[in-house]
Amino acid sequence: MSLLQIKGLKAGIAGKEILKGIDLTVNAGEVHAIMGPNGSGKSTLSHVLTGRGGYEVTAGQALYEGKDLLAMPPEERAREGVFLAFQYPVEIPGVSNKAFLKAAYNAVRKHRGLSELSAGEFLKYIKEKAKVVQMDPALLNRDVNAGFSGGEKKRNEILQLAVLEPKLCLLDETDSGLDIDALKIVAGGVNAMRSPERGFVVVTHYQRLLDYITPDFVHVLAGGRIVKSGGKELALQLEKEGYSWIPEAVKA
Amino acid sequence: MASQPDAALNELTTSEYKYGFVSNIEADQAPRGLSEDIVRLISSKKNEPEWMLEWRLKAYRYWLTLKEPTWPNLHYPKINYQDIIYYSAPKPKKILKSMDEVDPEVKKTFEKLGIPLEEQKILAGVAVDAVLDSVSVATTFKKVLNDAGVIFCSFSEAVQHHPDLVRKHLGSVVPYTDNFFAALNAAVFSDGSFAYIPKGVRCPMELSTYFRINAANTGQFERTLIVADDDAYVSYLEGCTAPMRDENQLHAAVVELVAHERAQIKYSTIQNWYPGDKDGKGGIYNFVTKRGICKGADSKISWTQVETGSAITWKYPSCILKGDRSVGEFYSVALANHYQQADTGTKMIHLGKGTTSTIVSKGISAGHGQNTYRGLVKIAKGATGARNYSQCDSLLMGELCGAHTFPYLEVNNTSSQVEHEATTSKIGEDQLFYCRQRGLSTEDAVGMIVNGFCKEVFKELPIEFAVEAHKLLNISLEGSVG
Repeated sequence: MSLLQIKGLKAGIAGKEILKGIDLTVNAGEVHAIMGPNGSGKSTLSHVLTGRGGYEVTAGQALYEGKDLLAMPPEERAREGVFLAFQYPVEIPGVSNKAFLKAAYNAVRKHRGLSELSAGEFLKYIKEKAKVVQMDPALLNRDVNAGFSGGEKKRNEILQLAVLEPKLCLLDETDSGLDIDALKIVAGGVNAMRSPERGFVVVTHYQRLLDYITPDFVHVLAGGRIVKSGGKELALQLEKEGYSWIPEAVKA
Repeated sequence: MASQPDAALNELTTSEYKYGFVSNIEADQAPRGLSEDIVRLISSKKNEPEWMLEWRLKAYRYWLTLKEPTWPNLHYPKINYQDIIYYSAPKPKKILKSMDEVDPEVKKTFEKLGIPLEEQKILAGVAVDAVLDSVSVATTFKKVLNDAGVIFCSFSEAVQHHPDLVRKHLGSVVPYTDNFFAALNAAVFSDGSFAYIPKGVRCPMELSTYFRINAANTGQFERTLIVADDDAYVSYLEGCTAPMRDENQLHAAVVELVAHERAQIKYSTIQNWYPGDKDGKGGIYNFVTKRGICKGADSKISWTQVETGSAITWKYPSCILKGDRSVGEFYSVALANHYQQADTGTKMIHLGKGTTSTIVSKGISAGHGQNTYRGLVKIAKGATGARNYSQCDSLLMGELCGAHTFPYLEVNNTSSQVEHEATTSKIGEDQLFYCRQRGLSTEDAVGMIVNGFCKEVFKELPIEFAVEAHKLLNISLEGSVG
């Protein structure tokens, strides 16, 4: 059974159709890159898959391990193992990063029928995970994303990914706003999490990230449709040729 | 998809007020209404000395000349003061000699409330004076406190056994002429708590009073007086609940604090009176006058309040900073959900030199709730080098609630500093979705965001109270996000 199977997915916002029929299959162990020009629907796809409010699905379906993903509330999708690394991580003043992660991790554990970790056990666990993204443990005590630099926020996203150990990881423009050092650290964190049980969908505008996270498949999203799919060499081709080869009619 | 939070909301709004049970306790009640005879009746029930009765009568006569204030940002039908029962006491089966003889129904009530009335709970380290309806039922841990020289008893006992202390301080901070509700309270208050911490004594445990309105159509008018002599320290906790009733009930309390030289009083309140149902029916009208005076130099009074209950809250715990370098603090979380209205804040009156005050107010509005912060910072001419810092933050949930801020500043010298910061924010869809994407339910996410918002206040609470406040806020907010 595929980890994720999207069939004929159409979705939009406020009556405007953005995704115009997406077909995509992601198996465990695979890394798929979704590239495309601005406004092609890349972020919409990750939002619809994770259940953000405001979007309307008009046709098609998304099956996650054979289950109807779109029928689940966002928290259930998360607990089932669908993770989104946000393009713009949100600040939560007054809530420590550690407390937030503990609550999230225990919610996920509970869903999986595991006992909740005590504060001490969790601290030990999270300190190990912080090493994966080379995060200063002091950031664990700071409020969630409050006053974090762009790089720290993105690293924090990957830390959360490492802590929650999801099965399907959606990375929404995780490279945006990162300098090359931060990019390497973030990519290193993602690579450390690659495993035969886990699938990734990496949404990105630029090829740059894919220098560090090597995809198995590359898809070009334009005008709400996947217009071309291929191996990692497709990303290199896009880097050279840009998106100008896509007919304007398709982009619209 | 957008409808999911709404569905969760509908499900959760039906959650009921947890403390809404009614205890079946036989009560000794006065007839409805207010007159000189009722004032005399209350005074004679309490077997009070003549001076006390005179004071009450003066207060009553003065009250007759007053009109209920209309300036608060509160809207409620006119209160009929002749329709209220001003005295209701659990009827004792016989004279009580020990805790074992307390009416089992009364004990059960307090057990339901989680009050450590039983001796075995001595480990909890809380001395509790429990006021049910109008009368103090039992005071625990008397001996430990006695050994330290601390007097902690019901107000009625204090009048009997420590009349000089009471007479000296009663009305010294909140005179009966202060306002409409303070005058009413002075006339008809039937009990409350009294604490005196002698010179140089650090009170060995947190003192606590638990107030509960049980009987129907009853008003509760308690009065608390705490005096900390030179170099004394006391931390005092106050909690309140009431049964669910369709009609509104009146609560008009007065609290007076006196801190002598270098004394410190920390006063924490968790107010969870019945707020009314989700349509705004019923609930407590909570009109409270709380004020402390930092009489001596280098003294400190700190108010921390978590106001989650009551249909109407009108309350401004204040500090008169008379002693030089004295310190006043006010930390407040006020929640207005459903149809609750809160008009609350503080007054910091700087009289002494080098006095400082801090105000941190967190207002949360949800449903149709209306939350008003009203605060006065007054710096007298002689209060040279005084400083105040005020921070008022409002959090809104949904489209139908409101947050209002009325800060008043009066600075009468040039050497003082006053800072005021205010923010208003909404719990965003972004924050909620972020939390839910990490596996938290909407309910847990809201609780987490709101508790984060209140953190600066909660950290001022004694630890066990902070845990309680945290839980209470989550319960009070259930289903407030749409």
